[in-house]
Amino acid sequence: MSLSVAGTRHMQALLGSVGRLSRNLFSTSLTLLVIGLALALPLALRLFVTNAEVATGGFSNAVDMSVYFKADVPLAKAQQLATDARQRAEVAEVTVISADKALDEFKTYSGFGAAIEALKENPLPHVLHVRPRADSTSSEALETLRNYFTAWPEVDIVQVDTEWVMRFNAILDVLRRILFIAAILLGAGVVAVIGNTIRLEILNRRAEIEVTKLVGGTNRFVRRPFLYTGVLYGLGGAVLAWLIVEAAVAILGQPVANLARLYGSDYLLQGPTDHDIGILLGIGTVLGWLGAWISAARHLHSIEPRA
Amino acid sequence: MISFDRVTKRYPNGREALSSVTFNIHTGEMVFLTGRSGAGKSTVLKHIALLERPSRGTVLVNGKNTSTLRARHIPAFRRGIGVVFQDHKLLADRPVYDNVALPLIVAATPMKECDKRVRAALDQVGLLGKERMLPYELSVGEQQRVGIARAVISKPPLLIADEPTGNLDPDLALEVMRLFRRFSDVGVTVVVATHDLHIVREFGQREIILDNGHVQGGGGDSLPSVVATR
Repeated sequence: MSLSVAGTRHMQALLGSVGRLSRNLFSTSLTLLVIGLALALPLALRLFVTNAEVATGGFSNAVDMSVYFKADVPLAKAQQLATDARQRAEVAEVTVISADKALDEFKTYSGFGAAIEALKENPLPHVLHVRPRADSTSSEALETLRNYFTAWPEVDIVQVDTEWVMRFNAILDVLRRILFIAAILLGAGVVAVIGNTIRLEILNRRAEIEVTKLVGGTNRFVRRPFLYTGVLYGLGGAVLAWLIVEAAVAILGQPVANLARLYGSDYLLQGPTDHDIGILLGIGTVLGWLGAWISAARHLHSIEPRA
Repeated sequence: MISFDRVTKRYPNGREALSSVTFNIHTGEMVFLTGRSGAGKSTVLKHIALLERPSRGTVLVNGKNTSTLRARHIPAFRRGIGVVFQDHKLLADRPVYDNVALPLIVAATPMKECDKRVRAALDQVGLLGKERMLPYELSVGEQQRVGIARAVISKPPLLIADEPTGNLDPDLALEVMRLFRRFSDVGVTVVVATHDLHIVREFGQREIILDNGHVQGGGGDSLPSVVATR
């Protein structure tokens, strides 16, 4: 068989599969929807995990330190100390949050605006947000930095959120494991759905298969359109999963941005990356092929022409 | 071309469809396989097309022993045989073109060659111009001829037909048989199972008579031999 003839035959098998799928639009859509939902769930979980990682990148990679000044320390002094702190090699970034600014934010987002108005004085101290350099987050380095700040007479307390970070990373680990289990189970579900759909298709086309074998069609030739059908189901389902997730991201984008703003972040919900999409489409295709192949291997051999 | 040597076919239910059947058919010969319903005509054809394998004995077709042929060689084996059925076994949802072209498609024939051969085959059976029609849009006789076009399109050296005229009126039946004889004239071995003795007499070809799984006459390979009718 020459290459171009083989290509033509594959194209015919593919177009035949597309044609059959589009003629049974309703049942095709239902199957695609099931596959799409099954594939969308792990992708959504993955996005949840990566978003959590990215959104909290500050906590999980570089550990923030909050330096609270005593109540009577003036802002100018706090700013001067911040400038000093920035000189240190292990410090990446120092942000000064003035008591006024902190109160403003609290008023805006806490919902206690009116109650806070009633206060005669601002009860909040000035705060420094110190982000250590990524290579200075070991417990000794953090301890050194902490000692540096506590040594200042103006400083009330220094808070390092390492425990919180560890807990958070542990939660992410659990989520990743759940994602893994969900992906395996739902992937197996997709194989089963496609396998069963192909099985029905094979039984429906029994007469055609018999005649094809009778005129000398090989098992491979008979199997080919079913494999294409399976691949189309898998790929179509993956595309649908992509659309579902993109829609969910679009719907969630605004509330998440609001939520992030409440935490003083301009974080935006991240949709799936090109890499994610590529993997999704690849997995959909492979699962579709696998389901069809298993079904074809199981059922096609038993169909032999009868006269 | 075809050689049955003491072929016995016993089904799992114990019924013996063929009992020590022996005959030879030479290349280019046209042979009628006759006998009552259930005499074993279809079973013989099934053994030739490798839809069945003998329980005992040997079937040689085109030099190949069907009992020892490996599964992966069966498709190539079947491409050398054109089969015509009484119920023609056309694919109802495919136009005439697709039905006729099927043997070429499974053999990966290039498209251009395919077009040419389909037209030639349809021309031979007088159906040129009906490529796009669906089988149910054709008369029974036309459907049967589509089945014949499909059987001969890949120019197999052997053509077998199971009651090809069963659903046809006498004129159409004669026409179909003449078609078979034309293939035989150009060197194709033709085996036709029929109970239409009128046609068998009309054509005067060799006749192998089966009765209850036994060969009653015509099994020898004297060429040609006309067996006295019963």
